Amino acid sequence: MKVELQVNGTRRVLDVEPRMTLVDCLREKLDLNGVHTGCEHGICGACTVLIDGEPARACLMFAVQADGYAITTVESLAPAPGELSVIQDAFCETHGTQCGFCTPGMLLVAHALLKRNPEPTRADIVEAISGNICRCTGYGQIVEAIALAARRLAGSNLGTEGG
Amino acid sequence: MSAPFKFVSTNRRVREDRRFVVGRGNYVADIRRDGTLHVAIVPSAHPAARIVAIDAAAALAMPGVHDVVTGAELAAAVEAMMNGLDTPQVRRYSLAVGQTRYSGEWVAAVAADSRAIAEDAAEQIEVAYQPLPHVIDVEQALAPSSPLVHPAHGTNVLLDKSFVWGEVDRHFAQAPRQLSFRVTWGRNSTVPIETFGVLAAWDPWHEMLDVWASIQMPKYAEQIARALRLPANAVRVHYDVDVGGSYGVKRGIKHTVLVGYLARKLGRPVRLIEDRLDNMRSGDAHGPERIFDVAVAFDDAGIVKSMKMRALDNVGAYAGRAPFQLGKPIGAIVGPYRIESVQYRALSVMTNKAAQEAVRGFGQSPTNYAIETAIDRVAAALGLDRLEVRRRNFIRREEFPYLIPSGTRYDSGDYHTVVDKVLAHADWPALERERDRLRATGMLAGIGIAACLEPSGGNSSFEPLLNEKNTTTTWMDSCRIMIDGLGHVTVTIHTTSSGQGHETLAATVVGEVLEIDPDRIRVVRPDSLASLPSNSPVGSRMAVMLGGAAFHAAGKLRRKLIAIAAHRLGVAADALSYAGGAIADRAGQRLEWADLVTIAHRNFHLMPPGFEPGLEVTHVEQVPTGHALPTPDGRVQMYPCHSFEFHLVLVAIDPELGRTELRRYLIGHDCGTVINPHIVKGMTLGGIAHGIGAALMEEFVYSEDGQMMSQSFMDYLLPSAHEVPKVEIVHHCTPSPFTVLGQKGSGESGYLGAPAAVSSAINDAVSPLGIVFDKLPIRLTAISDAVAAARDRNRDR
Repeated sequence: MKVELQVNGTRRVLDVEPRMTLVDCLREKLDLNGVHTGCEHGICGACTVLIDGEPARACLMFAVQADGYAITTVESLAPAPGELSVIQDAFCETHGTQCGFCTPGMLLVAHALLKRNPEPTRADIVEAISGNICRCTGYGQIVEAIALAARRLAGSNLGTEGG
Repeated sequence: MSAPFKFVSTNRRVREDRRFVVGRGNYVADIRRDGTLHVAIVPSAHPAARIVAIDAAAALAMPGVHDVVTGAELAAAVEAMMNGLDTPQVRRYSLAVGQTRYSGEWVAAVAADSRAIAEDAAEQIEVAYQPLPHVIDVEQALAPSSPLVHPAHGTNVLLDKSFVWGEVDRHFAQAPRQLSFRVTWGRNSTVPIETFGVLAAWDPWHEMLDVWASIQMPKYAEQIARALRLPANAVRVHYDVDVGGSYGVKRGIKHTVLVGYLARKLGRPVRLIEDRLDNMRSGDAHGPERIFDVAVAFDDAGIVKSMKMRALDNVGAYAGRAPFQLGKPIGAIVGPYRIESVQYRALSVMTNKAAQEAVRGFGQSPTNYAIETAIDRVAAALGLDRLEVRRRNFIRREEFPYLIPSGTRYDSGDYHTVVDKVLAHADWPALERERDRLRATGMLAGIGIAACLEPSGGNSSFEPLLNEKNTTTTWMDSCRIMIDGLGHVTVTIHTTSSGQGHETLAATVVGEVLEIDPDRIRVVRPDSLASLPSNSPVGSRMAVMLGGAAFHAAGKLRRKLIAIAAHRLGVAADALSYAGGAIADRAGQRLEWADLVTIAHRNFHLMPPGFEPGLEVTHVEQVPTGHALPTPDGRVQMYPCHSFEFHLVLVAIDPELGRTELRRYLIGHDCGTVINPHIVKGMTLGGIAHGIGAALMEEFVYSEDGQMMSQSFMDYLLPSAHEVPKVEIVHHCTPSPFTVLGQKGSGESGYLGAPAAVSSAINDAVSPLGIVFDKLPIRLTAISDAVAAARDRNRDR
């Protein structure tokens, strides 16, 4: 089936099997390896992407269902090669990642949260990431990273980040 | 080298993070080779059954299907996988041979153009089974009447070894008091978010099997080569694969032998990426499942003189390396306490459950749970304060290095101080008031306490201790440093990593010794054929072992630079001082880094006699203290270093729902010199979260008919950000005298005490109702049921 996706700001027309999930499509057809496959039943959140700006599980959606939507993956977050976004830099500053497998999903939910709520409380951050499982960090340094990013964005003239 | 350090212990960023935050990790599923075939598995429907026939005709007829392989074919072509123990009749292959031994066990494998086609084809394969009697319960498996998991082995017992260290009988006979109890550690695991995966490609012209895998397995390449009957130098494992979490379990030999065999047979790259069901049901990655029967002999002051422990482990259907998880805790069998004698019986027993694998701590966390339960019970029996009983039994600072009855010399520690610091930070009286306030509101509330050790630096002394044919006395790790012709430094490490920041570790240590900015040091991972002898990041060992290797390699390089300068300047080496890469004498003669590089790389005529050109050094690090085989009476120096942790946790439990809320969580942590504070903090917080899961949520449950019931994340619950509280860490540093920087391990920190602490807190909370929980996990339903039953009992009275 033909499907038309807006992926990271670029229009992509693809021919996919109807049963192909969005996560498999992004990885296998578009080489977007930053989206990860963790459980394939919608619990772990490793496959999180933004669909029209909202976090969604790319494993619970067929690629054909994403037709016409704007899809954001972690690959679009860095403003330039070798340059980190404020949120990415905050994750490096607090070491909010270990093995890195859940990290793209965490970054995307953080991104969506800070766009919606530039001054989140700790409870807001915990709620935002609670659908994404991390087995390495115990979440502490992820929460710190997002709080740090919020402070830095508030103190800068960047506003919420694009992407 | 001693503090203060320039780079060690400073809050430097972790270099690996940069690639992960942009989605540029190099995970096994990201590696693509043209023409790759994908594997799907046919699982056994029965916990035990004879395989009568396998009909793959329909599957093979499907477009895109290239092969179906069965256990019979595979067993004729490969060697059985290695067992840790001397149990030659417990034979294990990637696929079941002749009979299946647990539900989900791999019976056949399909190779096809895509995973989807392979899965479709797997469903078309018809297996005729003749069900056999099975056994799930470990105590039933011990009974003479039990069905045998491996009839050829003649018993379900893989290991039954008893040790007596010290005068246990006399101590028990003379002790004024004794108590005994049973606690049970449920079967859980680390369950990484990335499942295990492997890709193998065979090149018949080079006679080379290339392997990319999400692996954390010591001697991985050797084991694959042996099983596939290849020379070890025909197996090339690529260590530059990022592993998406492991915490012990990603051992993957059975997966790799299967895809290696298929890759050679089919002449195509073959990959197997577990899906979540494969991973949980048949990845052979469950952790220990253990019943402890413990007795302690003590006096009226609460001083514990002696302990008897029987650990009965349900190891599942095959042997592997997992039974050694009963051996490693021998190195810290008395925990942080001055228990003078110990009797220990280690029983590893097979059942028709999935095979077990190494899990974070390698058996230490269950053992710590048993020891800490003993201390809480002693306090309760005497009506003494739990903290006071611990203080009275702790080994004292001035007693280190301290020899425990089972033969290990603990390196260092200051347990009393760590506890005092945590209590001060927590405001202990306020914590008790808060508990009592919660109780007054109708909640169940309790404070949990756990003190325990993290043995670190991983040697493998448990191997010869539990298997007399095994003579292993080294478990090395290594490092190479090269300075190129332009003066830039490249460091190699020889293993995969799964999030532990080893590149940062190596760069920090080399930078410290050479006095150059670690950010200027490149760290690379050669493949296994270009690597020095190394093991993998198991046993909380890399700070000690890779840190030690990097330190010593850098020291050799520094001495080489000084020798070159001494020759060039015509002075004695000890007349020179090294600072920031430049070398000078007191008279003002000076050679810069670039001068030394030029001499080494271009001016052989200026090199000292006997020196090789270039600037390259290697160091293979032997485990500190680990040099000897066990004594005939079963004593051995296990790991060299012993980190200490002290947990304090306040829980509030809704008595109707049974939901445990962790209101406050503190940990005092002493792992000696910290190399990177961010990494140690992350390990500790992550370990606590993992331990909370083990204490409250996570268990692989089997039905009586042998089916695994927790097959998804809907049934096997992992802690989310809601379940893990904010943790307050109180640091302390008692350097290890046995390591180069005073460092100890921290890869298992948090996990080794959290289950004991949470159990202690819940038991404190429910003790007013006369309830005792003696099995982990303590699920919400277990609590609400027990509370309801207790209330009924009280009402009836």
